[in-house]
Amino acid sequence: MSRLSLMPVGDVDMRALELLAARCGQEFGWDVSIDASIPMPDGAFDPKRNQFEAIHILRAVIEHSRSDADRTLGIVNDDLFIPMLTFVFGQAQLKGKVALMSLARLRQEYYGLPANSPLYLKRVEKEAMHELGHTFGLIHCTNKECVMALSNSIQQVDIKAAEYCRSCTIFLHDSLKMIAMDTRRELQ
Amino acid sequence: MNTQWEILVVDDEEVTRESMAAWLREDGYSVDSAASGREALEKTKEKEYAIYFVDLKMPKGIDGIETMMEIKKIHPDASVVIITAYATVDTAITAMKEGAIEYIVKPCNPQEISLLVGRIIKVKNLERENTILRQRLLGQYKFQDIISKSAKMQEIFSLIREISSLRSTVLIQGESGTGKELIARAIHYSGDRAEKPFIAVSCSALVETLLESELFGHEKGTFTGAVSQKPGKFEMADGGTILLDEIGDISPKLQMDLLRVLQERSFYRVGGSEEIKIDVRVIAATHVNLEDAVRQGKFREDLYYRLNVINIHIPPLRERIEDIPLLARKFVERLSHELGKPISDISEGGLKKLMEYCWPGNVRELENAVERAMVTCKEHVLTEHDFQFLNGTKKDAQEWEIPPAMTLEEMERQAIITTLKRLNGNIKETAQVLGMDRSTLYDRIKKFNIQR
Repeated sequence: MSRLSLMPVGDVDMRALELLAARCGQEFGWDVSIDASIPMPDGAFDPKRNQFEAIHILRAVIEHSRSDADRTLGIVNDDLFIPMLTFVFGQAQLKGKVALMSLARLRQEYYGLPANSPLYLKRVEKEAMHELGHTFGLIHCTNKECVMALSNSIQQVDIKAAEYCRSCTIFLHDSLKMIAMDTRRELQ
Repeated sequence: MNTQWEILVVDDEEVTRESMAAWLREDGYSVDSAASGREALEKTKEKEYAIYFVDLKMPKGIDGIETMMEIKKIHPDASVVIITAYATVDTAITAMKEGAIEYIVKPCNPQEISLLVGRIIKVKNLERENTILRQRLLGQYKFQDIISKSAKMQEIFSLIREISSLRSTVLIQGESGTGKELIARAIHYSGDRAEKPFIAVSCSALVETLLESELFGHEKGTFTGAVSQKPGKFEMADGGTILLDEIGDISPKLQMDLLRVLQERSFYRVGGSEEIKIDVRVIAATHVNLEDAVRQGKFREDLYYRLNVINIHIPPLRERIEDIPLLARKFVERLSHELGKPISDISEGGLKKLMEYCWPGNVRELENAVERAMVTCKEHVLTEHDFQFLNGTKKDAQEWEIPPAMTLEEMERQAIITTLKRLNGNIKETAQVLGMDRSTLYDRIKKFNIQR
C-alpha cells in the first residue's frame, strides 16, 4: 500500500496532525504515518520579514523524507513566504513527492479574532488537501468551491469546500491508480 | 486552460525564481526560469512567452531594463513585468517608458500577482481569438464569396489555388457584374500575400492625369492642388496586390507607363525624380475584349502580353444557369438579415422566372433583383409575382432584331438614353439596370455626349 508521511517541522499542533492522518487515510486509501518532527532548518527564518522562507523548509523536508513514503507533507506552525510574495499558505512540488503547509494564517487569532477550533481544523484540512492535490498533478481549479481553487486570502479558503470537485476527483483517482501501479511494479 | 501559456521568470537569485516558478506552475502555467538577462534572451530566441517576469537588479551582465529592451527587439509585443525590491519613481517611469506592461515591488500580495497574471492572460486570449477570427475571415474571402457549382467556375477555383502564390500578372476578363473583383480578391487572399494590402483601382473612373497621380502618386507642388507629397496606389500595394479594373479604358500614355512598371518593377512619382522600387502583383480586369482592342490598335500589344500571363475568363451568368438558384438563395439568406425581413426562400415559380431571364448585368443584377423583390415582398417566400419587373427573357433576347446598320456603340448609347429617361435620370438605378458600375456609366455618358 502507498504511504503518506506527515512530517512536523518544529513544534506542531498534535490535534491538526491527528485530524490530517484520519482524513488523508480516508481520502486517498493510503497508510498515513505521523513521523518525528524535524528541526527548523538554519537560515529559514528571515528576521526582516519575521517569517520563514518556504523553499528552505521544503528542501529540508525533502532531505528528511522517508524512503518508503510516496508523498510527504511537511507541516509548520509558523508563517511562510517566498521572496516574491508577502506570504504563502503552503508550497508544493507540482507532480512531485513533497508539499509544505503552514498553520499560522489558518488560526483566527492571527487576524486578531477569538479562537475558533472547528473553523481552524476545517482550514487545516482544506490546506492539506490543496497542497497534496498539487503533488498529484492537480492545478488550481476554476470551481470556486473546489478545494483546489486558488486561495490568496483566508476568505477564499473559507469559501471553498474541503472536497475535490468532480473533475479534480477524476484526475486525482487517475493519479492514485498510477502511483499504485508503480508501487506494485517496484515490489515485483 | 492555462497550460497553453508559457511564462519566463528572470532573476539572479535561485530561491526567488524557483519559488515564483513553482507558485505559477500551481496555477497551471508552463514556467521556465533564467538566472541572467543573457540566459533569458537565449530562451526568448527559442520561444515566445506570454509573460516575462524580469528582476530589475541583476548584478552580473545586463540589468532588467536592458533585458526587457532586448526581449522587445525579438518579440515587440512581449508583456514584460519588471520586478524590484526598491521602488523609486524614476525606475518605475523608466520601466514603463521602455515598454513594461507593469512594474511591481516585491514582496507583493499574492492576490495582486494573480490579478495581474489573469489580466495579461485575458488580453493574450483575446488577441489569440482575434487572430483566429481574422484568419477565418480571410478564409471566407478566399472562396465563400464566390458561389458556384458550374464546372467552368470550379476550373477557375482550382486555377486560383494553383496561381495564388505566384507573382505572375493575371488578366481577368468577363462581362460587367460577373465578379471580376471577387476573383481578384480570392487570388490575393488565398496566396502568400494575404496579409499584405489588396488595392483596387477603377481605371475608368478618373481622367488620365488624375489616374496617373492616383496610380503613381505625386510630389508636392507638381500641379495645382498638390499641396503635399502623396503616395500612389502602387506604393500602397507594395508587397501585396493591385487590381487595375477596366484596364481596357486607359490612355496610350498610361499604357506606356504601366508597361514600364511591369518591366522594371519601379516607377517615378508624378513630378518626382526618385525611382521607387516595388514588389506588387498586378491583376488586370476588363469587360472588353482586349484582343480585339489590340487588333484595332486601341491597346498596346506588348502590354497585352505582359498582362495576359495568366488568363481567367469568367463566364456570364446565362452560361451557368445552374448557379442561379444557389446564388439567389444565398442572397435571400444574407439580405433577410440586412433588411430585417423574415423571408426564407424563393418558390419554384420564382426560381423558374429567374432562370429564364437573360441577366445582361450578371450576378450583380441578380443580387439587385433579389433585393428589389425582397423590399416589396409581403410574404415569407419570394414568388414569380415578386419578380414581375424582370422583362426580357433569354427567348426575348434571341428574338430581338437589331436595327439594320446599327453599331455596337450606337446600341449601347441608345440603351443608356432609354434607361436614363425611364428612370428619370437616376444614375444609380440606371447603372444597376444596365449592369455596369456607376463610374463606367459616367464614362459612357461623357463619351457619347448624352444629355441627362
